[in-house]
Amino acid sequence: MAELNQVIGALNHAADIIENNKQHLTELDGAIGDGDHGINMSRGFSFVKKTLDEGSFETAADLFKKSGMALVAHVGGASGPLFGTAFLRASMTLKDKTEITIEDYINLLKASIEGIKMRGKSDAGEKTMLDALIPAYEAGEQAVQQGKNTVEVLQAVKEGSEKGLKETEKLVAKKGRASYVGERSIGHQDPGAASVALILGAIADYFSEA
Amino acid sequence: MVGIVLVSHSRKIVEGIRELAAQMAKDAPVALAGGTEDDRLGTDMNKISNAVHDVYSEDGVLVFFDMGSAYMNAQMALDFLEEDGSKVEIVDAAFVEGAITAIVDSGLNKSMDEIKADIASMKLGKMP
Ligand SMILES: [Mg+2]
Repeated sequence: MAELNQVIGALNHAADIIENNKQHLTELDGAIGDGDHGINMSRGFSFVKKTLDEGSFETAADLFKKSGMALVAHVGGASGPLFGTAFLRASMTLKDKTEITIEDYINLLKASIEGIKMRGKSDAGEKTMLDALIPAYEAGEQAVQQGKNTVEVLQAVKEGSEKGLKETEKLVAKKGRASYVGERSIGHQDPGAASVALILGAIADYFSEA
Repeated sequence: MVGIVLVSHSRKIVEGIRELAAQMAKDAPVALAGGTEDDRLGTDMNKISNAVHDVYSEDGVLVFFDMGSAYMNAQMALDFLEEDGSKVEIVDAAFVEGAITAIVDSGLNKSMDEIKADIASMKLGKMP
């Protein structure tokens, strides 16, 4: 699926998409949370870009680890430890690989889910980033089982995340600042889930267009 | 003396708590991690690591936090700590009351265990 320079390309593209959607993410968070999600994510991913730009990476694990640390250190909200942990867990699955297969991608999504559950003491249905990530992983896993090609699997992951994001409108927030408004969070999309969908969408688009 | 670290989304909150506690305990080692690195509301893992580092000793460090991401970032900071992590503990307590009790206790040279016993009744179930 991807050599290291393509992984860097895909993550840079994801960072650009986050930057372009900064205002949208902030508005989603403003409706039910503290309104800092767009700024936090754009700031964190600008440091990921800087890391990718200035660093040299021996392995895919190294690349994900350093990107994860950039997120942990610079996001400044719950998204920092959560997205950071996702990247660090992804890194652990990649070990000394210098190329990522579509199966590796699905595996790292799974590891990210476990990491986020552990760090956030959270689970599906609590109106969090997991509600985009879990359906994304499941759709991708299914597409792999069905023998779909790389671009099709990436597309399935993207669509899974978007469907999951849409579903978060119906959920009552149980975690984070949005849990303070409880029932009033119904009808709004979760900003963390929106970020997940943007990132997974950007990765799919990057490889579809390549 | 036991080091006390205060983690809050707001720099003003931790500065206020330290100011309040200083009326009773001027010498206790207290370090603040309030706000983000670019001084917005939020918490920052590196600030927390640095704060722990500043007040670390063999006597231990207690980390108090306000809410939400403060706990997660404190955990991350402990995961990546250079110092002996077994001597650093995040505690579940009402932030203002717990921190002030601990700061005064530390100033009286109480041990980690003694301080923890003194704040045991102030738990809020903040650490799921
Ligand atoms: Mg927020």
